[in-house]
Amino acid sequence: MLKAYLLVAAAVFSIGLFGVLTRRNAIGILLGIELMLNAVNINLVAFARYGGSMAGWVLALFTIAITVAEVAVGLAIVIVIFRVRRTVEADHLTLLRG
Amino acid sequence: MTGEAIGLGAIAVVLLCSSLLVVLSKNLFHSVLWLAAALVATAGLFVLLHAEFLAAVQVLLYAGGVVTIVVFAIMLTERLAGQTIQQMNRGIAWGAVLAGAVFLGVGAVVVRAPTAPGRASAAFGNTAALGQALLTDWVLPFEVLGVLFVAALLGALYLARVDE
Repeated sequence: MLKAYLLVAAAVFSIGLFGVLTRRNAIGILLGIELMLNAVNINLVAFARYGGSMAGWVLALFTIAITVAEVAVGLAIVIVIFRVRRTVEADHLTLLRG
Repeated sequence: MTGEAIGLGAIAVVLLCSSLLVVLSKNLFHSVLWLAAALVATAGLFVLLHAEFLAAVQVLLYAGGVVTIVVFAIMLTERLAGQTIQQMNRGIAWGAVLAGAVFLGVGAVVVRAPTAPGRASAAFGNTAALGQALLTDWVLPFEVLGVLFVAALLGALYLARVDE
Protein backbone atom coordinates (compact mmCIF):
# COMPACT_ATOMS: atom_id res chain seq x y z
CA MET A 1 0.00 0.00 0.00
CA LEU A 2 2.86 2.38 0.77
CA LYS A 3 4.03 2.25 -2.85
CA ALA A 4 0.56 3.17 -4.10
CA TYR A 5 0.58 6.30 -1.95
CA LEU A 6 4.08 7.19 -3.14
CA LEU A 7 3.08 6.76 -6.78
CA VAL A 8 0.03 9.00 -6.34
CA ALA A 9 2.24 11.60 -4.68
CA ALA A 10 4.80 11.35 -7.51
CA ALA A 11 2.02 11.88 -10.07
CA VAL A 12 0.72 14.97 -8.24
CA PHE A 13 4.28 16.29 -7.98
CA SER A 14 4.82 15.84 -11.72
CA ILE A 15 1.54 17.59 -12.52
CA GLY A 16 2.58 20.48 -10.31
CA LEU A 17 5.97 20.61 -12.03
CA PHE A 18 4.21 20.71 -15.39
CA GLY A 19 2.15 23.66 -14.15
CA VAL A 20 5.22 25.53 -12.93
CA LEU A 21 7.01 24.96 -16.25
CA THR A 22 4.15 25.88 -18.57
CA ARG A 23 2.08 28.55 -16.82
CA ARG A 24 2.63 32.11 -17.94
CA ASN A 25 0.74 33.76 -15.09
CA ALA A 26 2.68 34.21 -11.84
CA ILE A 27 -0.34 33.18 -9.75
CA GLY A 28 -0.67 30.05 -11.90
CA ILE A 29 2.97 29.21 -11.20
CA LEU A 30 2.30 29.59 -7.47
CA LEU A 31 -0.61 27.15 -7.78
CA GLY A 32 1.76 24.62 -9.37
CA ILE A 33 4.14 25.04 -6.45
CA GLU A 34 1.21 24.41 -4.09
CA LEU A 35 0.54 21.09 -5.83
CA MET A 36 4.20 20.05 -5.53
CA LEU A 37 4.30 20.86 -1.80
CA ASN A 38 1.04 19.00 -1.36
CA ALA A 39 2.58 15.89 -2.92
CA VAL A 40 5.43 16.09 -0.42
CA ASN A 41 2.89 16.11 2.42
CA ILE A 42 1.28 12.93 1.10
CA ASN A 43 4.72 11.27 1.09
CA LEU A 44 5.50 12.40 4.62
CA VAL A 45 2.21 11.16 6.09
CA ALA A 46 2.42 7.86 4.19
CA PHE A 47 5.96 7.24 5.47
CA ALA A 48 4.86 8.12 9.00
CA ARG A 49 2.00 5.63 8.78
CA TYR A 50 4.03 2.76 7.38
CA GLY A 51 7.33 3.55 9.05
CA GLY A 52 5.87 3.86 12.53
CA SER A 53 7.56 7.19 13.26
CA MET A 54 5.99 10.41 14.45
CA ALA A 55 8.48 12.54 12.51
CA GLY A 56 6.51 12.42 9.27
CA TRP A 57 3.42 13.87 10.90
CA VAL A 58 5.32 16.67 12.58
CA LEU A 59 7.15 17.53 9.37
CA ALA A 60 3.88 17.50 7.41
CA LEU A 61 2.41 19.90 9.95
CA PHE A 62 5.44 22.17 9.56
CA THR A 63 5.24 21.97 5.76
CA ILE A 64 1.58 22.99 5.77
CA ALA A 65 2.29 25.94 8.04
CA ILE A 66 5.35 27.09 6.06
CA THR A 67 3.39 26.81 2.81
CA VAL A 68 0.73 29.16 4.14
CA ALA A 69 3.40 31.70 5.03
CA GLU A 70 5.03 31.22 1.62
CA VAL A 71 1.75 31.84 -0.19
CA ALA A 72 1.05 34.98 1.84
CA VAL A 73 4.45 36.48 1.03
CA GLY A 74 4.43 35.22 -2.57
CA LEU A 75 1.07 36.75 -3.35
CA ALA A 76 2.06 40.01 -1.67
CA ILE A 77 5.05 40.10 -4.04
CA VAL A 78 2.77 39.32 -6.99
CA ILE A 79 0.47 42.20 -6.06
CA VAL A 80 3.43 44.57 -5.73
CA ILE A 81 4.77 43.47 -9.12
CA PHE A 82 1.31 43.99 -10.58
CA ARG A 83 1.13 47.51 -9.19
CA VAL A 84 4.53 48.41 -10.59
CA ARG A 85 4.47 46.63 -13.95
CA ARG A 86 0.70 46.25 -14.57
CA THR A 87 1.17 42.59 -15.48
CA VAL A 88 1.66 39.24 -13.77
CA GLU A 89 2.87 37.44 -16.90
CA ALA A 90 6.20 35.88 -15.99
CA ASP A 91 7.54 36.43 -19.51
CA HIS A 92 7.09 40.18 -19.23
CA LEU A 93 8.90 40.49 -15.91
CA THR A 94 12.34 41.10 -17.39
CA LEU A 95 13.36 43.87 -15.01
CA LEU A 96 16.44 41.96 -13.81
CA ARG A 97 17.62 40.91 -17.27
CA GLY A 98 21.26 41.92 -17.72
CA MET B 1 -9.52 -5.45 -2.37
CA THR B 2 -9.46 -3.97 1.06
CA GLY B 3 -11.43 -0.90 2.01
CA GLU B 4 -8.25 1.15 2.08
CA ALA B 5 -7.33 0.16 -1.47
CA ILE B 6 -10.79 1.10 -2.77
CA GLY B 7 -10.70 4.41 -0.91
CA LEU B 8 -7.21 5.15 -2.18
CA GLY B 9 -8.22 4.41 -5.76
CA ALA B 10 -11.29 6.64 -5.60
CA ILE B 11 -9.47 9.52 -3.93
CA ALA B 12 -6.50 9.17 -6.30
CA VAL B 13 -8.79 9.58 -9.32
CA VAL B 14 -10.35 12.74 -7.84
CA LEU B 15 -6.95 14.08 -6.78
CA LEU B 16 -5.23 13.52 -10.13
CA CYS B 17 -8.14 14.86 -12.20
CA SER B 18 -8.47 18.04 -10.15
CA SER B 19 -4.67 18.48 -10.17
CA LEU B 20 -4.64 18.26 -13.96
CA LEU B 21 -7.43 20.82 -14.15
CA VAL B 22 -5.45 23.14 -11.86
CA VAL B 23 -2.59 23.30 -14.37
CA LEU B 24 -4.67 23.16 -17.56
CA SER B 25 -7.72 25.34 -16.86
CA LYS B 26 -7.87 28.50 -18.96
CA ASN B 27 -9.61 30.54 -16.29
CA LEU B 28 -7.35 31.26 -13.34
CA PHE B 29 -10.32 31.40 -10.99
CA HIS B 30 -11.35 27.88 -11.99
CA SER B 31 -7.76 26.75 -11.35
CA VAL B 32 -8.01 27.92 -7.75
CA LEU B 33 -11.33 26.15 -7.23
CA TRP B 34 -9.84 22.93 -8.61
CA LEU B 35 -6.88 23.43 -6.30
CA ALA B 36 -9.34 23.53 -3.40
CA ALA B 37 -10.81 20.24 -4.62
CA ALA B 38 -7.33 18.68 -4.86
CA LEU B 39 -6.45 19.84 -1.36
CA VAL B 40 -9.66 18.41 0.11
CA ALA B 41 -8.95 15.12 -1.70
CA THR B 42 -5.51 15.14 -0.06
CA ALA B 43 -7.23 15.58 3.30
CA GLY B 44 -9.18 12.44 2.41
CA LEU B 45 -5.87 10.62 1.85
CA PHE B 46 -4.74 11.78 5.31
CA VAL B 47 -7.91 10.31 6.82
CA LEU B 48 -7.14 7.01 5.05
CA LEU B 49 -3.69 7.15 6.64
CA HIS B 50 -5.27 7.65 10.09
CA ALA B 51 -3.97 11.20 10.37
CA GLU B 52 -7.29 12.83 11.19
CA PHE B 53 -5.77 15.86 12.88
CA LEU B 54 -3.58 16.57 9.84
CA ALA B 55 -6.66 16.23 7.64
CA ALA B 56 -8.39 18.89 9.71
CA VAL B 57 -5.33 21.14 9.52
CA GLN B 58 -5.15 20.56 5.78
CA VAL B 59 -8.76 21.64 5.25
CA LEU B 60 -8.51 24.61 7.61
CA LEU B 61 -5.15 26.04 6.58
CA TYR B 62 -4.73 24.87 2.99
CA ALA B 63 -8.21 24.62 1.55
CA GLY B 64 -9.42 27.46 3.77
CA GLY B 65 -6.50 29.83 4.12
CA VAL B 66 -4.45 29.40 0.97
CA VAL B 67 -7.42 29.30 -1.38
CA THR B 68 -8.90 32.38 0.26
CA ILE B 69 -5.64 34.29 -0.11
CA VAL B 70 -5.25 33.29 -3.76
CA VAL B 71 -8.86 34.20 -4.59
CA PHE B 72 -8.28 37.53 -2.88
CA ALA B 73 -5.13 38.15 -4.96
CA ILE B 74 -6.95 37.29 -8.20
CA MET B 75 -9.80 39.64 -7.33
CA LEU B 76 -7.32 42.38 -6.54
CA THR B 77 -5.28 42.05 -9.72
CA GLU B 78 -8.45 41.72 -11.81
CA ARG B 79 -9.92 44.82 -10.22
CA LEU B 80 -6.75 46.77 -10.89
CA ALA B 81 -6.56 45.52 -14.46
CA GLY B 82 -10.28 45.80 -15.08
CA GLN B 83 -10.47 42.57 -17.05
CA THR B 84 -10.69 38.85 -16.47
CA ILE B 85 -7.29 37.20 -16.41
CA GLN B 86 -7.08 34.65 -19.20
CA GLN B 87 -4.04 32.53 -18.91
CA MET B 88 -2.35 30.39 -21.50
CA ASN B 89 0.18 27.62 -21.22
CA ARG B 90 3.37 27.74 -23.22
CA GLY B 91 5.83 25.00 -24.09
CA ILE B 92 3.28 22.30 -23.25
CA ALA B 93 5.24 19.61 -25.10
CA TRP B 94 8.51 20.25 -23.31
CA GLY B 95 6.77 20.65 -19.97
CA ALA B 96 4.94 17.36 -20.43
CA VAL B 97 8.16 15.58 -21.44
CA LEU B 98 10.06 16.89 -18.44
CA ALA B 99 7.24 16.22 -15.95
CA GLY B 100 6.74 12.75 -17.42
CA ALA B 101 10.45 12.03 -17.10
CA VAL B 102 10.40 13.09 -13.44
CA PHE B 103 7.37 10.90 -12.78
CA LEU B 104 8.95 7.90 -14.51
CA GLY B 105 12.21 8.40 -12.62
CA VAL B 106 10.56 8.65 -9.22
CA GLY B 107 8.11 5.87 -10.08
CA ALA B 108 10.91 3.51 -11.12
CA VAL B 109 12.71 4.08 -7.82
CA VAL B 110 9.48 3.55 -5.84
CA VAL B 111 8.50 0.38 -7.68
CA ARG B 112 11.93 -1.20 -7.44
CA ALA B 113 12.46 -0.28 -3.78
CA PRO B 114 12.42 -3.16 -1.29
CA THR B 115 8.96 -3.71 0.18
CA ALA B 116 8.38 -1.71 3.32
CA PRO B 117 7.60 -3.62 6.50
CA GLY B 118 4.15 -2.06 6.48
CA ARG B 119 3.54 -2.56 10.19
CA ALA B 120 0.81 0.00 10.56
CA SER B 121 -0.30 -0.53 14.12
CA ALA B 122 -3.76 0.63 15.11
CA ALA B 123 -2.54 2.26 18.31
CA PHE B 124 -0.01 4.43 16.49
CA GLY B 125 -0.64 7.98 15.58
CA ASN B 126 -3.27 9.71 17.63
CA THR B 127 -3.37 13.46 18.06
CA ALA B 128 -2.06 13.26 21.62
CA ALA B 129 1.13 11.59 20.38
CA LEU B 130 1.52 14.34 17.78
CA GLY B 131 1.24 16.99 20.48
CA GLN B 132 3.75 15.14 22.64
CA ALA B 133 6.27 14.91 19.80
CA LEU B 134 5.69 18.55 18.84
CA LEU B 135 6.48 19.90 22.30
CA THR B 136 9.33 17.54 23.22
CA ASP B 137 11.52 16.38 20.33
CA TRP B 138 10.44 19.11 17.91
CA VAL B 139 10.02 22.06 20.24
CA LEU B 140 12.87 24.09 18.73
CA PRO B 141 11.59 23.89 15.12
CA PHE B 142 8.13 24.63 16.54
CA GLU B 143 9.33 27.87 18.10
CA VAL B 144 11.33 28.83 15.01
CA LEU B 145 8.11 28.34 13.04
CA GLY B 146 6.48 30.97 15.25
CA VAL B 147 9.28 33.39 14.40
CA LEU B 148 8.85 32.57 10.71
CA PHE B 149 5.16 33.36 10.93
CA VAL B 150 5.79 36.75 12.48
CA ALA B 151 8.37 37.51 9.79
CA ALA B 152 6.02 36.38 7.00
CA LEU B 153 3.14 38.40 8.46
CA LEU B 154 5.21 41.56 8.72
CA GLY B 155 6.79 40.99 5.31
CA ALA B 156 3.46 40.46 3.57
CA LEU B 157 1.98 43.53 5.27
CA TYR B 158 5.01 45.63 4.33
CA LEU B 159 5.04 44.49 0.70
CA ALA B 160 1.31 44.87 0.10
CA ARG B 161 0.84 48.20 1.91
CA VAL B 162 -0.51 51.16 -0.01
CA ASP B 163 2.09 53.82 -0.63
CA GLU B 164 1.18 57.25 0.61
